[in-house]
Amino acid sequence: MDSMKPIIQGLAYVVGDAVDTDQIIPAEHLVYSLTVPEERRWYGRYALSGVPADGQGLPSGGRPFTEPDAYESRYRIVVAGTNFGCGSSREHAPFALAEAGCEAVVAESYARIFYRNAVDGGFLVPFEARERLVERIRTGDALAIDTALGTLSNRTTGEDFLLHPLGDVAEILRAGNVFEYARRAGFIGS
Amino acid sequence: MTITEKIIARHAGRERVAPGENVWIDVDVLMTHDVCGPPTIDIFKREFGEDARVWDPDKVVLLPDHYIFTKNHHANRNVRLLREFAEAQGLPHFYDVGTPRYKGVCHVALAEEGFNRPGSVLIGTDSHTCTSGAFGLFSTGVGNTDAALILGTGKIWVKVPETMRFVFEGSLPPYLMAKDLILAVIGDIGCDGATYRAMEFDGEAVYDLSMEERMTLTNMAIEAGGKNGVIAADAKTVEYVQARTDAPFEVVFSDEAARYHSVRHYDVATMEPVVAKPHRPDNRAAVSAVAGTRLDRAYVGSCTGGKLEDFEAAARIVQGQEVVIDTFIVPATTEIAAALHTTTVGGETLYDIFERAGCKMGRSSCAACLGGPPDTFGRTHGSEVVISTTNRNFPGRMGSKQASVYLASPLTVAASACTGVITDPRAVLV
Ligand code: SF4
Repeated sequence: MDSMKPIIQGLAYVVGDAVDTDQIIPAEHLVYSLTVPEERRWYGRYALSGVPADGQGLPSGGRPFTEPDAYESRYRIVVAGTNFGCGSSREHAPFALAEAGCEAVVAESYARIFYRNAVDGGFLVPFEARERLVERIRTGDALAIDTALGTLSNRTTGEDFLLHPLGDVAEILRAGNVFEYARRAGFIGS
Repeated sequence: MTITEKIIARHAGRERVAPGENVWIDVDVLMTHDVCGPPTIDIFKREFGEDARVWDPDKVVLLPDHYIFTKNHHANRNVRLLREFAEAQGLPHFYDVGTPRYKGVCHVALAEEGFNRPGSVLIGTDSHTCTSGAFGLFSTGVGNTDAALILGTGKIWVKVPETMRFVFEGSLPPYLMAKDLILAVIGDIGCDGATYRAMEFDGEAVYDLSMEERMTLTNMAIEAGGKNGVIAADAKTVEYVQARTDAPFEVVFSDEAARYHSVRHYDVATMEPVVAKPHRPDNRAAVSAVAGTRLDRAYVGSCTGGKLEDFEAAARIVQGQEVVIDTFIVPATTEIAAALHTTTVGGETLYDIFERAGCKMGRSSCAACLGGPPDTFGRTHGSEVVISTTNRNFPGRMGSKQASVYLASPLTVAASACTGVITDPRAVLV
């Protein structure tokens, strides 16, 4: 079974460079359980709430990822600059984005641990862009990613972009998470 | 092969590995804390069963340290969950809050308790787990999912990193500390300058450093995106480790013919005190270039700058003076907190020096290094301008998104605390 959707589509949410994990989910919220339903939904509410106001939803800023009284975001795809997810190792970061409804991030580059957490936990698909998209995509644009072809279409502007291939991690993403991957490889018992 | 490649090869049961290969390796120590421990335990139970046993109780270390002295009931609940798991699994290495065993900041505690053993693989659910590499071992931070897989199997997959080598020559002037060296490196290569790579520190100036100071170097490898930081073990390392554990270990060195991604040389005699300006650890400036910047508070603490020598350095400057801005002193561990009462500078204990100078004395934990619940000691709540010995200054890191944080050495922070503006320690060191 393939856990990765062939097409991921939705509205874009654009942020800048070096958006660290404290901006993705501020440390004060890390006290909530990731399993208890009444608690885990707070991660959706506070996802990307640590981004300073002028960087929230480029180019204009001032557009929160999740509305103050909501638990889910209207945006499905986060578009970012370099070193997305730098800082702490908290898996709460990709978890929070996923809890808000985000299915993919398209960044110019990632910090290693965030990238790994996104893949191993199967929270979202971290694509690497081949060029800087932060100035070419606007928050609210309608995007579609073909995960097999590795292409990103901006349906609002009609532009298409090539993404880097997922490489080694595609197998883990297709399996769903690192446990399923390890089971399929006969590495841990089922 | 480099140290990092050799350790990974041995733990993969292989003769050799090359950068870029993915291999499964055996883990010698898994560390987790109160923030990432409970979700790791949840995933472990989901994947391996409610009654599953951890792969090796002797290799699991639980160090609650992040949100300890708070009334937040979720935070307190998380410490309770660790306690229940430790009890159910019979884990011997649990350093519970409110008991004499309580330690404080995990990365410093791992060293003090003898878990940092040369040649080993140490994985932690915390990005600054790279700190342990100061002992000539491979250590890196992972998320809850990878940690849960280790709890069940003792294994993790790693991509073998290329190694960047940083060689520090010469002898360190008294106004510089390891913090200045690592901030200079991060300023040079940027917050993503070592992404996916190992950072190996070498050179006589590194081996002249104490173990605590070496830990400051490896601690901040993650601030350049590094997978791990590493310093080959020497006689000092072996002495430190043998004083704290009887466990066997094997010292590993890089081969003469090891291949590096790059090599950078620094002459420490020509370097100067630096800060990282808001809001990035790579936003480096010479202290002399930002001297006079007005400050609201100073903070000495964390796994980076809350070790005994950090307080000794700060005390040398603060002694006989009064701080003119709110100054927070947070010893990383209870061992260090106790040592503040027994270690003296100029005949006075460090504790007395700070207290007389008007500093606010905190209890051992991560405290305001990462903001935390609103009642956290030293946390920012407004647009404070802070100078801190911690490791990160991204927006909101110490609590408030509006605050501005300068990262600096304990010497620079102490000098600035006494004047209320950023101050070059050379101006006050006698
Ligand atoms: S002191 Fe700060 S950097 Fe170190 S482990 Fe605690 S929160 Fe992390």
